[in-house]
Amino acid sequence: MRKIARFFGIILVVVVFLTILAGCGGTSRAQLKVYNWGDYIDESVIDEFEEKYNIDVIYDTFATNEEMYVKIKGGGSDYDVAFPSDYMIERMIREDMLEKINFDNIPNYKYIDDRFKNLDYDPNNEYSVPYMWGTVGIIYNKKMVDEPVDSWQILWNEKYAKQIFMLDSSRDSIGITLKMLGYSLNTRNLDELEQAKEKLIEQKSLVLSYMGDDIKDAMIGEQAALAVVWSGDAVYMKRENPDLEYVIPKEGSNLWFDAMVILKGSKNKKEAELFINFMCEPEIAFRNTDYIGYSTPHIEAKKMLDPEILNDTTAYPTDEELANCEVFEALSDIIQEYDRVWTEVKAATK
Amino acid sequence: MVTRLVKRIYLYLIFMFLYAPIVVLVVYSFNQSKSRGHWGGFTLKWYLELFKDTEISRALYNTIMIAILSAVIATILGTAAAIGIHDMKKIPKAIVMNLTYLPVLNPEIVTGVSLMLLFVFSKAITRIGLGFFTMLLSHITFNIPYVILSVLPKLKQLNKHIYEAALDLGATPFYALWRVVVPEILPGILTGFMLAFTLSIDDFVISFFTTGSGVSNLSIYVYSMARRGVNPKINALSTIMFLTVLILLLIVNKRMSKDNSHAKEGVK
Amino acid sequence: MKRTWYSYPYLVWMVIFIVIPFLLLLFYTFTVNTDKGLMFTLDHIKRLWDPIYLMVLLRSIVLAIICTIICLIIGYPVGLILASREYRSKKVLALLFVIPMWINFLLRTYAWMTLLEKDGLVYTILKFFRVPNPQLLYTDQAVVLGMVYNFLPFMVLPIYSVLTKLDKNIIEAAEDLGANYITILKRVIVPLSLPGVISGITMVFMPAVTTFIISRLLGGGHYILVGNLIEQQFMVVGDWHFGSAISFVLMVVILVSMGIMRKYDNEYEGGAIW
Repeated sequence: MRKIARFFGIILVVVVFLTILAGCGGTSRAQLKVYNWGDYIDESVIDEFEEKYNIDVIYDTFATNEEMYVKIKGGGSDYDVAFPSDYMIERMIREDMLEKINFDNIPNYKYIDDRFKNLDYDPNNEYSVPYMWGTVGIIYNKKMVDEPVDSWQILWNEKYAKQIFMLDSSRDSIGITLKMLGYSLNTRNLDELEQAKEKLIEQKSLVLSYMGDDIKDAMIGEQAALAVVWSGDAVYMKRENPDLEYVIPKEGSNLWFDAMVILKGSKNKKEAELFINFMCEPEIAFRNTDYIGYSTPHIEAKKMLDPEILNDTTAYPTDEELANCEVFEALSDIIQEYDRVWTEVKAATK
Repeated sequence: MVTRLVKRIYLYLIFMFLYAPIVVLVVYSFNQSKSRGHWGGFTLKWYLELFKDTEISRALYNTIMIAILSAVIATILGTAAAIGIHDMKKIPKAIVMNLTYLPVLNPEIVTGVSLMLLFVFSKAITRIGLGFFTMLLSHITFNIPYVILSVLPKLKQLNKHIYEAALDLGATPFYALWRVVVPEILPGILTGFMLAFTLSIDDFVISFFTTGSGVSNLSIYVYSMARRGVNPKINALSTIMFLTVLILLLIVNKRMSKDNSHAKEGVK
Repeated sequence: MKRTWYSYPYLVWMVIFIVIPFLLLLFYTFTVNTDKGLMFTLDHIKRLWDPIYLMVLLRSIVLAIICTIICLIIGYPVGLILASREYRSKKVLALLFVIPMWINFLLRTYAWMTLLEKDGLVYTILKFFRVPNPQLLYTDQAVVLGMVYNFLPFMVLPIYSVLTKLDKNIIEAAEDLGANYITILKRVIVPLSLPGVISGITMVFMPAVTTFIISRLLGGGHYILVGNLIEQQFMVVGDWHFGSAISFVLMVVILVSMGIMRKYDNEYEGGAIW
């Protein structure tokens, strides 16, 4: 009997001790919950922010816009800052999920290139501060692909069966298929969408895997010959493996913008604005873009970049390359059809 | 003789199958090169990076904290429940037991999503978002049945008359329970506690659906790292966990065999 | 002196955390959000009837059955060998068998990613023996392998524990009556170990049908399993109604098959007395 008493006594002491520890860690500092894409920041920047403003950052990551949307829409979470893309910002504004930002608290906003202000998804610049931008394209290994890569068609080429990585992301994968078929990636035509679905199902036997951020290590490690990737990841991959090359196919592609937003109901709006402003400090913005490889909308940060990167059309494509590119729209009225198509593509057997 | 050899080889092959992945992880945790393909020389840098990683220490803290808290609460609630259920009449007992079995038999993923529905639904009233607390509640929920199921058999074996004798000798019911019944069913309670603790430490599916806002446990952390690509820190983590388990089991085993020999001496 | 009230806190807990979530799941399964508010519907269940989704369910079941059969074929002899050892080495070997189970499930699955990928250890060995298509990662075989690896102990341990409790005298009696080892195995050991086999089968089949991590990490997301479908609906698409419907159907399938297994188990035990 004494033994059990001692046993539970020890446990009780441990619990109390841990609770006190937790209590200390939790109450003394303000908390900020940040929800970002995986591998989308130089993590030392977060530490620096925590130190400078004495704010505890809880940092969490997602792999697709849809995953992020569902987490926030579901209502279970309480993030303060998120990094959605254009069409998702449009949707979130429409569904009243975002807080208006007080731009007086973001003096560093002046460093953002005017090209990235007043875009369609946030026409009056009330809700978002641009973070990165880029395109979607094909990365391929020059040792494994000897023909010229200039079309999405190559992803349907039997020759590269089990040598292809696709993105596990509905809008991107359906989008490039629509582009290949010569349609708009914002189509509202159900027939076109159905054709894209058939194409994607047909492609399944050629695809090695549907991936997220793991695509980078896999391509660097030469696990496959071709992959659909975002431009910034391509910059990083090319840096790690010089045999890789990135193209924006001739049919055109997606041009996208990721921006920082404050979520509705955030209890730490002041801290959130401090964070967004901090991310726009020239030095910080430079470190982020330099580290992750994505293209920055920040004028000063861009000036600090290595000219070699600035001249690389992977990160900073020419207007000509962007000519056929479209920006995603929210398509709120028809988005369930996109979801259904993607669910069916993933579920389909052969 | 031949069959013995065959048996031995078969067993070795199975153990090789079981241990090969672990050995590979351990070896690669000392690999200089990040790529898993080739060996780039010996290094301890992944261990250093692991210790510097604040995210992982947070995940570790959550895992242990939730395991202890949920096991303690589930043990208390579950033991009391088992004592109560034991005294129930046949029909209510059958109903309660069937419901108790539900989380045990139900696919984890279904338990996970239905708890998630509950927490999201109740957030409007309780203002508790998905996070540490909801994960803790879920762990308690799936732990309780295991405690009940390990305590109940001990109650059945219990001799009713001892308890009654204690009452006759003037003990209050609570005193009799604490000094007579609880010591008798203690092995069951401890088994339940250990079971709850291990299940909680190892859980992924239910935690995955019932947590949010950046609160993760070790399993969730590993999952998100694995989804992000090659990460030698995972190898270092596995090595440390493997060694911890090994050492713990050796200690437990040694103590147990020591206890056994003591018991034998006592018999002499 | 009844102490029934001791269980009341648990009963309250059970209602809140088991009964209500279950009702919520039912609620989502049978309702749809329309302009007029929530309406009763069977559409989500009907949608599952589409061949695409039936195939997903079928695939999950087939892969789980394959995994269970492999586990049984590999695991039964292991249980037999472990149980036949003398006491000391038996305990050590059983312990050795359990240790990998103590390592986090996710870590074990991650380890297989390392082994199976291109230029991984298994790939290299297979290539050395000139096996065509040595790429195993992101295939069905990899998923089954991962399942077998993770669930094998669930098959071995119940068989082992039944076999250790087996009365040695029965076997000796059979030997005395002139039966050879094969006959003893067939007529004595296997029938008597059946309860262990049955609980082994349920303990492997259940998690194998519902897994979504193994198929996600080792399967490459081509041909998803029912667990992935549920996860996708809740975490990516956000269609909780459809997700609940799949969960509900899965739950019914599992509970019914468990019920059948159990009935068979009971009948068997009932018969064994004779």
